[in-house]
Amino acid sequence: MCDQTFVAITFGPCDSCSQNKPLMNIYLQNEPVNYCSLCVELMACQGLAKGETVSTLRAESENLKAKLEEERAKLHDVELHQVAEKVETLGQFVIKTRRTLKGHGNKVLCMDWCRDKRRMVSSSQVIMRSAAVCVLQEHAVTMPCTWVMACAYAPSGCVIACGGLDNKCSVYPLSLDKNENLAAKKKSVAMHTNYLSACSFTNSDMQLLTSSGDGTCALWDVESGQLLQSFHGHSADVLSLDLAPSETGNTFVSGGCDKKANVWDMRSGQNIQSFETHESDINSVKYYPSGDAFATGSDDATCRLYDLRADREVAIYSKESIIFGASSVDFSLSGRLLFAGYNDYNINVWDVLKGTRVAILFGHENRVSTVRVSPDGTAFCSGSWDNTLDFNPV
Amino acid sequence: MSFYKITMERVIVSMQDPDMGMKMRNQRLLITVIPHAMTGRDIVDWLIQKYTITEEEALHIGNFLVKYGYIYPLKEPRNLCLKQDETPYRFQTPYYWTSTRWPASELDYAIYLAKKNIRKQGELIEYEKECYNALHKRINHTWDFVVMQAREQLRASKQRRKADRIVLECQEQAYWLINRPPPGVMDILEQGPDRRNVANTRVQLVSGQMLAIFVKYCEQYQDHDPIMQGCLPSNPWITDDIMYWNMNSETVTMPTKLRVERWSFSFMELLNDPLGRKELLTYLEKEFSAENLCFWQACEEVRHGEASKIAAKVDEVYKQFLAPGASRWVNIDSKTMEKTLEGIKHPHRFVLDDAQMHIYFLMKKDSYPRYLKSELYKNLLAKAIVPQETKKSVFPFMRRQRHSSPSPALVTQTAEDNGKAKPSAAKANAGTASQI
Repeated sequence: MCDQTFVAITFGPCDSCSQNKPLMNIYLQNEPVNYCSLCVELMACQGLAKGETVSTLRAESENLKAKLEEERAKLHDVELHQVAEKVETLGQFVIKTRRTLKGHGNKVLCMDWCRDKRRMVSSSQVIMRSAAVCVLQEHAVTMPCTWVMACAYAPSGCVIACGGLDNKCSVYPLSLDKNENLAAKKKSVAMHTNYLSACSFTNSDMQLLTSSGDGTCALWDVESGQLLQSFHGHSADVLSLDLAPSETGNTFVSGGCDKKANVWDMRSGQNIQSFETHESDINSVKYYPSGDAFATGSDDATCRLYDLRADREVAIYSKESIIFGASSVDFSLSGRLLFAGYNDYNINVWDVLKGTRVAILFGHENRVSTVRVSPDGTAFCSGSWDNTLDFNPV
Repeated sequence: MSFYKITMERVIVSMQDPDMGMKMRNQRLLITVIPHAMTGRDIVDWLIQKYTITEEEALHIGNFLVKYGYIYPLKEPRNLCLKQDETPYRFQTPYYWTSTRWPASELDYAIYLAKKNIRKQGELIEYEKECYNALHKRINHTWDFVVMQAREQLRASKQRRKADRIVLECQEQAYWLINRPPPGVMDILEQGPDRRNVANTRVQLVSGQMLAIFVKYCEQYQDHDPIMQGCLPSNPWITDDIMYWNMNSETVTMPTKLRVERWSFSFMELLNDPLGRKELLTYLEKEFSAENLCFWQACEEVRHGEASKIAAKVDEVYKQFLAPGASRWVNIDSKTMEKTLEGIKHPHRFVLDDAQMHIYFLMKKDSYPRYLKSELYKNLLAKAIVPQETKKSVFPFMRRQRHSSPSPALVTQTAEDNGKAKPSAAKANAGTASQI
C-alpha cells in the first residue's frame, strides 16, 4: 500500500507518450500534468505546430521509417549475418587466463604489444610499465600526471610513447639496464589543449599519431616535436584511433564522444568518411585485418562493424542483457572473432560474421579498460581497473 | 558516459512489467510484513529466462542492479550484493534512482545522518560519525536548518504505518550506501576523467556481394589464426615453449609452410614479411627489375623517416633511381616522372608518393603474380617446414590435452546457443579457471 501511493506519484504512464517512466509534475497552461523527462525535454526544445503533439509526430516518424524499410527490402540488400549463413558455426570457446600481471598498484588504463609479440607496455593511473611477459622482467616509469590513458610501443621496440591528463604525449627510449632512470630521458612530442586519449606510432619510430579530449587528432614528427598535420572534424572529445593496414597506409580512423567514427587522410588532414550510428560515446575503434572495415565499441553497450567501401554500418554486436558500455575492441588474426572488453568487468567474444556471441570471460573484478590481441594472434591481453593484466590464449 | 543508466533502467522497467515482470510477494521482516518483495533466486531466474543467458551471467547482472541501487536488500542492507537464495529484495523507488536524482548534496547527507543520530543515539557507525563531525564543521552555518529538517522529517515519518516507515528507511539507506560508500568499498559511481560530451541515427543495408569479402577473408585466414585453429608446434602462452616464435622469426633459414602460403594471399603480405621481401628481391634480381623494390623501400624511408633527413634522402633517391642515366633507373610513366621531378625541387615527405604508388602497382600486377608461379617460390613452398605437434611426453606438466591448443571452432552447433548452454559448459567458459 505504502509503495503504491508513492509510486503512483513518481512512476507511471506519461501523459504524453503513455510509456511507464519516472514522471515529473509540471504545469502546462495552468494545468498540472505528469510527463516523463524525455517528453518534457521534447516539449521545451521543439515548438509544436497547431494540432501536433509529441505522440502525433512520433507516429509520423514511425510511419516514415516503415516506408523506408519497405523500399530498402526491394533493393535485395542484406545484412552481414545473412551472407554468412552458410559459414560453419563456431563451437563454444574455452578460454583460460594463463598469466596475470599484478604489478600495477592502480587501475590499468591502456596497453600495447611490441611487434616482437612478447613484450608489452601498459599504463595506469600513475605509472607506465613495460614488461617482457615470458620472462617477467619489468621497467617502470613514474609519470608526473595522474591518469596515463594512452601508451604505445614503437615498431622498432626501442621506444615507448605515453600520455594522459598532462595533455602531452612523451616518448621514452627503452634500455636493457633495469636500473636506468627512464624518466630522465623523456622527450615531449605532442601538445594538446586537453587530455591525451590515444596514441600510436605510424610505420616507423619517427611519427606519432595522437587523439585528444580537445576534439582533434594530430600527427607529429618525433625528432623535432613538430606538428605535421592536424585533424579537425569531431565536435567532442576524441577517445580512440587506429591506423589502417592498407597498401597505401595513408588513412586512420578515430572515434569520439560525438558518437561519430571518422576516417582521415593523413597527408591532407581531410575527413574522408564519417559514420554516425552509435547512441553514445565511441570508446574504441579497430580496423578489420584486411583494412576493408573497422569495428567500434561504445557506451551504448554495442559494438558495430562499418564497411568502408559500402560506406555503411553492416553489423551490430549486442544483447539486451549487456547493459554496460564496451571500452575496448580488437580482432583475432583472421578477423573472425571480435574481443570486446566491457565496463561490467566482462569480455565478450563475438563471431564477426554471424553476429552472435561465442564466449564470455568473467576474469576481472572491475571494468575492463583495454583488450589487445598479440601481433601474431596467439593470445590476447586484457587490462582492468582491478589493477591487473590478464593474458589469455585459447 | 552514463548511457548505462538508460540500458539498466530498461531492464528494471521490464522487471516491473505487470504481465511479464517479476512476481512479487509479501515478506516478513521480524514482526512487520513488507509488500512487493522478491527473492534473490527469483531475480536470477527471471533474468535467465528473459534474456536467454546462463546463471553466471544472470547473477553478474543482478549484482549490478543491486550495486547501482535499483534493487536493495531488505535483510542485510549494508551488504549490497545479490544472493541467489530466499534473501528478500525490493525495487528502489525512482525518486532515488541515480539517474533521476541530481548529485547527492552535503546538506542532504547531513540531514540523513542527523536523523539517524536523533532517532537512536549511537546508531551511527564509525565512518558515519566521522562524516557527521566533518560536515558539522564544514557546513556549520546551516546546522540549525539541518537539525530542524531532520526533526520535521522524523515527525512526519512517525505518522506513517510501520511497514511504510521501514521501507522508506531502507530505501534512503540504500541510496546513501551508494552515494557515500563506506571506506574500503568500491565507489561504483566513479567514471574516470570527465568527458565533455555533446549530443544526437540510421542502420543501413548493403549488397550481399560486397559483404562476401569478409566471409572470404575470414575463411582464407582461419588456418593462420592461432586463436581459431591453434598453432604448431604449440602456443607459447600455453606450453611456455617458445619454439613457435623461434620458427617464425625474421632471420630463420627455412620458413614454415603456413608462412610461405600466406605470401600468396596478397602482395602486402609478401612485402610485410621481411623474409618474403628478401625472397622477392632475389627473384627480381633474376628478372633484372630489382630496382623497383629498392626504389619502393627507399620511398618508404622518406615517408616514415626523420623530418630533418628528408631533403638528403630525396636527393639520394633522385640520384640513384630517377635521374637520367641513373644506375638503378625505374621505369615510371612520363607524366608521373615529370610531376615528381618538379616536386623534388622542393622536397617534402610525400613528394615521392605518386612515383612510389606507380611502382608498387607495377610490382603488384606484374612481378608478384609471376613470382608466385616461379620455381623459386614453388621450391620454397615445397621445402618449407610443417612443425611437429609437441608431444605430451616432452612436457609432462602440460595441463592441456594432446592437441597443441584445442580447436573449439567448427563444432557444428546451432547458433545462439550460449543462452541455453548447460551450467557445466558455462563454467568452462569462465576465465578464472587457471592462473599461473
